[in-house]
Amino acid sequence: MKEFNGNVLFLNRSDINTDEIIPAKYLTEIKKAAMKPHLLEDLKLEGFDPKTDIKGKAVIITKDNFGCGSSREHAPWALEENNINVVLAPSFARIFRQNMFNCGMLAIELEKDNINTIFNLFENSETNIQVDIEASEIFIQSKDQTQNFKFQISEFDQTLIKTGGWVEYADKHY
Amino acid sequence: MGKTIAEKIFETHQVDQPFSDVNVLRIDRVFCHEITTPTAIQDLVTRGKDRVFDPEKIKAVIDHVTPAKDSKTAMQGKILRDWAKRHNIKDFFDIGHNGVCHAIFPEKGFVQPGFTIIMGDSHTCTHGAFGAFAAGVGTTDLEVGILKGVCTFKTPQTYKIDIIGKLSQGVYAKDIILHVIKELTVNGATNMVIEFAGNVVDQMNMDQRMTLSNMAVEAGATSGICLPDMITVDYLWEFIKDDYSSRQEALEAFSKYKSDDDAVYANQKTIDVTTLEPLTTFGYKPDNVKPVSQMKGTKIDQVYIGSCTNGRLEDLRIAAKVLEGQTINENVRAIVSPATPKIFSQALEEGIIKTFMDAGFCVTNPTCGACLGMSNGVLANGEVAAATTNRNFNGRMGKGGMVHLMSPATAAASAIKGEISNSNLFVKGENR
Ligand code: SF4
Repeated sequence: MKEFNGNVLFLNRSDINTDEIIPAKYLTEIKKAAMKPHLLEDLKLEGFDPKTDIKGKAVIITKDNFGCGSSREHAPWALEENNINVVLAPSFARIFRQNMFNCGMLAIELEKDNINTIFNLFENSETNIQVDIEASEIFIQSKDQTQNFKFQISEFDQTLIKTGGWVEYADKHY
Repeated sequence: MGKTIAEKIFETHQVDQPFSDVNVLRIDRVFCHEITTPTAIQDLVTRGKDRVFDPEKIKAVIDHVTPAKDSKTAMQGKILRDWAKRHNIKDFFDIGHNGVCHAIFPEKGFVQPGFTIIMGDSHTCTHGAFGAFAAGVGTTDLEVGILKGVCTFKTPQTYKIDIIGKLSQGVYAKDIILHVIKELTVNGATNMVIEFAGNVVDQMNMDQRMTLSNMAVEAGATSGICLPDMITVDYLWEFIKDDYSSRQEALEAFSKYKSDDDAVYANQKTIDVTTLEPLTTFGYKPDNVKPVSQMKGTKIDQVYIGSCTNGRLEDLRIAAKVLEGQTINENVRAIVSPATPKIFSQALEEGIIKTFMDAGFCVTNPTCGACLGMSNGVLANGEVAAATTNRNFNGRMGKGGMVHLMSPATAAASAIKGEISNSNLFVKGENR
């Protein structure tokens, strides 16, 4: 199982698409590691600089419909290569969400109100998250705040996370 | 209780339901291209699972960058080519025979009503035009599809969109789907199947239905389905004539997938297109849509006619009609990319290619190329394109470039004007 704890990168925008997460021109790369320096390179978000803001972050918290657009699994890979294995959002695009779990990574949906609360309380401070998959709970912490939220992922998604992804599961079962 | 077409297809393809709401479906066709498949192939090799579930059901094409533009894209093509050979995948389309995946696979008769289809490409929803459940997937799902011929999907919820009324002259399927996306927004149909119905869809030919289904994913949808009818049968007849004694019999067989009258929909909307004008996008999201008339004066640097949305014969015919006897603006570069070799040669025969060239267009071989900013027309920083493609994301056609999505008629008219402009085919309130 992957590491699901760490510092938070806040991306305060909805509809961040996979072209923004990893531009198409890097799809000619065959090695996942080649994605690493290009994560969020084309993101349109004021004040965000991929060169300085990604380093040391392990969790993304963002707004609606994260990962829309192209089906490229290079998007989760670019996150994975930067040690970001968790994204929290009110909603995800279907293919992106599936790709995350297929790779044994977490795409956690939290209610919009909760996400807004998190942005209000934590966006401007250094924030850390711990994810307890067994208890389906996340713990958020900054130097003067703590909060916890319950989340839901399906039994199947849990199985994918624990067995290391869909290829092994499918080859065994079908 | 009645069922939708998606529910019927799920029912006939379900092999397992390991957890509630997770359906493992048998997949009839796994389509592959050279951008997303090589990583799947390599992972299978690394895992010691370099197998395919059925070489007859796997179809592959090199389309995104072809001919290869550098060593990396050459290697992607080579990995796909070698793999197709080693596993005896006969329907593999390489240079000289290749075209944009979502145009060439239907043209070869690989898509039929009631099929389940996956591909490592988000616009796989295009094939829903034939009454199939076709969905884009990531590399891991593709890998399992190749290996085992199965894929998981949540139980489908359907958003039914009835498109009714009568289109004005010069307004097309592309304008309708842009309008639908504007109404639904970019995630209005997330995790849902869109079912396109209504008299306007009933009258559309397959090229038009494919334009409609192609962009369903831009509203977040898993698939965009049109119900199979005689128009579907007629398109497919040359490929299925040995399987059915008559067209009527084929239609009856396909009709069993049609949604029941009392099917239950998660959402429903009726759109009357009678007063619809030609539309275009203005921002970096496909739901940023405005009438072309409100975008007048927007200067453009490049026009691109092609792609899986609008690179088919009818699209080229319409654009050529606008271009006939005209030349493009001196400040514009214009590119047309017929989506398949068959479309290219038909366009040659009909004199359409000559019309494009006389107007000043560059004609490229069939490829995705500029659509995703890979080759054959990448924009420079700050440049603006008028394109018949399906995505206007920031940087889609080249870093710092802006893309306005529109119909082939509008793109051709804009090429002549040098700015976004309605075509002379559009006559407000004039029904065809
Ligand atoms: S034409 Fe564009 S949208 Fe269609 S498959 Fe090719 S790259 Fe994708």
